[in-house]
Amino acid sequence: MSMLTCLELEKRFGRTPALAGASLEIAPGEIIAVTGPSGSGKSTLLYCAAGILTPDAGKVVFDGQSLDRLSDSRRGALRREQFGFIFQFGRLVPELSCAENVALPLRLAGARRQDAKRRALEWLDYLEVGELADSTPGEISGGEGQRVAVARALVGDPRVVFADEPTGALDSINGEHVMRLLSEASRNTGAAVVLVTHEARVAAYADREVVLRDGHTREL
Amino acid sequence: MSVTKTFLGLLEHGASYGYDLKREYDAYFGTEKPVAYGQVYATLARLLKSGLVEIDSVEPGAGPERKRYAITDAGVADVEQWLAEPEAPEPYLQSTLYAKVVLALLTGRPAAALLDTQRTAHMRVMRELTRRKQTGDLADQLICDHALFHLEADLRWLELTTSRLAQLAALIKDQGTAPGDDEQR
Repeated sequence: MSMLTCLELEKRFGRTPALAGASLEIAPGEIIAVTGPSGSGKSTLLYCAAGILTPDAGKVVFDGQSLDRLSDSRRGALRREQFGFIFQFGRLVPELSCAENVALPLRLAGARRQDAKRRALEWLDYLEVGELADSTPGEISGGEGQRVAVARALVGDPRVVFADEPTGALDSINGEHVMRLLSEASRNTGAAVVLVTHEARVAAYADREVVLRDGHTREL
Repeated sequence: MSVTKTFLGLLEHGASYGYDLKREYDAYFGTEKPVAYGQVYATLARLLKSGLVEIDSVEPGAGPERKRYAITDAGVADVEQWLAEPEAPEPYLQSTLYAKVVLALLTGRPAAALLDTQRTAHMRVMRELTRRKQTGDLADQLICDHALFHLEADLRWLELTTSRLAQLAALIKDQGTAPGDDEQR
């Protein structure tokens, strides 16, 4: 049964159409790859599905709730409590240590400092970067930074992880490592993953693939 | 892959009976396609005849005698030469996929659907290989990666062709002949 549904989404930026009737369904624990050429609307679909962007037409339904009927603050709370995010370049906070970065979503949700730190350390260990807990993002490699970003996305036990080109800035070996850990974590926690990628080898970690072309989705 | 050359290489690693050689070959290279017993003994007979291997010893067995095969100096030189020569890169200029696309366009069939069907088939195999890689040892990972990189190259071509389909259809329609024919006339 679908947990998150995007139905006939349309989105324009000025005169440029990014989505022109894109649909997507994802069930709990499922990993779905959204692929397609550059400029096909992959990231726009992901941001609409995650409630970051509001579509011009169509609707996004999460757990039976239409996102466009939620206030901004409730949508923000939904993103913090139910969703996790991984971006191409990690987007870690440079002034914070890796452990503090991972603990950040829990602290924003009101967790106590010690509890948040303990869980952050557990996730850093799970992602094989426990020894980097006290390092800052500037002191670690791109591959390590991306594993910290995966830990940050998963620390709050999200129901859905949105990953926008999570391996786009990594070489093959580091990209494979991140994908192996992300897919294992998803199987173990039951979190669904919406994975935007232009790389077929990365998409092969998903259970199925939705291709976007000129703003339209097509399930292959 | 050349069974003859790989047998020679394995025999350079150590003299072996036909049965053990087959098991070693299958363990390293024959996961998908084990070599048949008939082929093992036919190959060894050819190698014996050409002087690249010799009988090292003969043991009486329950049935026929067991022969142990060893590589000769000429065999070692053959392996040396084979390993030193690069494999000819496959030019992929006679692509079945390309032929199918052109014929679909010429006969008014949906070429885009053909490309999508192929993509689905490729992705299915890539998912299977990725799962196998995740649970396999290093040898499995390397074998799967080799296949995955090739499949990925095919997928890139499928994507590129999908985006150029209208252009190719127009070319075929305008010319009413095969692309490139003008130069041959």
